[in-house]
Amino acid sequence: MQTVDLQEMGLRGVNAALHAQADDTNQTAWTIENAKGAHAIACGLDAPIEVTVKGSTGYYCGGMNQQATIKIDGSAGPGTGENMMSGKIVIEGDASQYLGATAHGGMIVVKGNASSRCGISMKGVNIVVQGNIGHMSAFMGQSGNLVVCGDAGDALGDSCYEARFFVRGSVKSLGADCEKKEMRSEHLTLLQGLLDEAGIDADPKDFTRYGSARNLYNFDVDNAAAY
Amino acid sequence: MCGIVGLFLKDKSLEPELGKMLTSMLITMTDRGPDSAGIAIYGDESKGSSKMTVQSDAPDLEFSGLDSALADALGGAVSMQVISTHAVLSIPAGSFEKARQTLSEVRPNVRIMSRGDTLEIYKEVGLPKDVAARFDVSSMSGTHGIGHTRMATESAVTTMGAHPFNTGDDQCLVHNGSLSNHNSLRRKLRREGIHIETENDTEVGAAYLTWKMREGATLGEALESALDDLDGFFTFLVGTKDGFGVVRDPIACKPAVMAETDRYVAFGSEYRALVDLPGIETARVWEPEPATVYFWSHNTLPTNTEKAA
Repeated sequence: MQTVDLQEMGLRGVNAALHAQADDTNQTAWTIENAKGAHAIACGLDAPIEVTVKGSTGYYCGGMNQQATIKIDGSAGPGTGENMMSGKIVIEGDASQYLGATAHGGMIVVKGNASSRCGISMKGVNIVVQGNIGHMSAFMGQSGNLVVCGDAGDALGDSCYEARFFVRGSVKSLGADCEKKEMRSEHLTLLQGLLDEAGIDADPKDFTRYGSARNLYNFDVDNAAAY
Repeated sequence: MCGIVGLFLKDKSLEPELGKMLTSMLITMTDRGPDSAGIAIYGDESKGSSKMTVQSDAPDLEFSGLDSALADALGGAVSMQVISTHAVLSIPAGSFEKARQTLSEVRPNVRIMSRGDTLEIYKEVGLPKDVAARFDVSSMSGTHGIGHTRMATESAVTTMGAHPFNTGDDQCLVHNGSLSNHNSLRRKLRREGIHIETENDTEVGAAYLTWKMREGATLGEALESALDDLDGFFTFLVGTKDGFGVVRDPIACKPAVMAETDRYVAFGSEYRALVDLPGIETARVWEPEPATVYFWSHNTLPTNTEKAA
C-alpha cells in the first residue's frame, strides 16, 4: 500500500507517481490523503491500480481514466470521470454536475446523488447512481447505460442517440426525443449485471427503461420552417 | 468565471473569527477570479446612526475633512474611519439621501460602496490576497459576510466593476455568471429612475432587485421574479441585515456548494473554499437546486433544512 499526502507532494507529484505505474506494477494499491477538494486528482491514469482518495475532490477527478479503479471517500466535484475510457470510479458521497461527460467505457458508481447533466454525451460508459440525478442528464447520450435507483430531474435523455436509461423512481420530465420503452428480458439481464457490478442491491423489475424515440435521426421536412 | 464565498454564523463565539475565515475562503478562490476582489461584512450596529462606506482613488486628498463637511451639511455628528482607499462614515440615521447629495457636491469623485446599519463593503482591483490585506479583512468581526473574486467577462476591470454591489440599505449582491439581457434591462431600469453607474451586467442585476423592492416586493419575491426576468447564467448570493440568500438560474451551470453545521452556514463556488472551516468533515454538504430561492436569517431559529424566502 502506497500512501501519499496531496498537500505535501503536490498535485503534479501525486499524478506523476500514478502515471509512472506500468501494467505489471507491484504497487497496485494507493491512498491519497488530504485531497481537500483539489482539481484533477488521479487524472489520466493508465494502469490496473486501485487508488483511494480520502476526502472530497474538485473538478475532473479520474478524468480520462483507463484501467484504474478510483474510489472517492467523499463527494466529487464537477466533471468527475470526464472522458473515461475504462476502469471504475466509485464515489461514496454525491457527485457534482456533468459526471462522466463524454466517457467511452468503464463504470462510475455514485452512492449518493448525482447533480445536473450526469452522463452528458456519454459514449459507452456505464453509470450507476444509488440516489437521484439532476436535470438534463444524459443529454445527447450516444451509447452506454445510465442506471438511477432514485429519481431523475427535468429533461432526461434530451436529444439522445442509443444510450439506455433505467430509472427506478420518478422522472420529472423527458427531454426531446426521449421516450419510455418496454423492459424486455435482455434488459432485465443487462440491468442485473450492471447492479451486480456496482454492488447495489436492487430488483431490475422495479426499473423503467427510457431511450431514443429516434425521431431526430432524420430531418423532417415539416420542420423546415423552424430553421 | 468568478468565485463566491459566504459565511452565516449561528454560533456567536465565531463572530470575532468571521473576517479571518472569509479571508481564507476568498484566497482559495483566487484561481476563479484573480483580477479583483471584494467583501461585504455585516458588523456592529450603533443606535441612532448608520454607515456609509465610500471609496476614492486619492484617499489622502478626498477624505481629508470629509467628516466635518458632511457633519455641517447633515447637522449631526459624523465620524470617519479611513481604511486604505475606503472610509466608513457613521452618519445620523435616516440621513443617507442627504449625505449622498452632499457627497456629490463636495467630493464628486468619491464613490459610494455601501449604505446600511451594519453593512460595510470593501472592494478593489487586484489579487484577492492583496485586497484582503489592504483592508485587513482578517481582523474584522461580524455576524455574516460575503466575498467575491472576479474574472471579468462583461465589463472593464475597475473598482466599480468589482463585487459586491450594494442594492439598498444593508443589501448586497455578488454574482458568478453573465447576464445577456443587461443592456435592455439597464435602459428600462434607468427609465424607472434607478441609478446605474457602470456598464457592468451584475450592477443591472443588483439594480433590478432594488427596483423590485422599491415596487413593494420582498427580497424573496424579487429573487423569484429575477428567475423570469434575467436572461443568462447566474449563481447569486445576496446579503441582508439578517442573513443571506442563494439563487441559481434554471440551467445552473455556475457551481455552488453549501455546508451547514450547528455553528454556521457556508457557501463556496467550490468545495475547496470550505475545507478549512471548523467541523467541515461532518458538515452537511450539498449543492443548491436550480431555480430555487434559499434563505438563512438570524431572525428565525436555525434549522437543519433550507427554506424558501
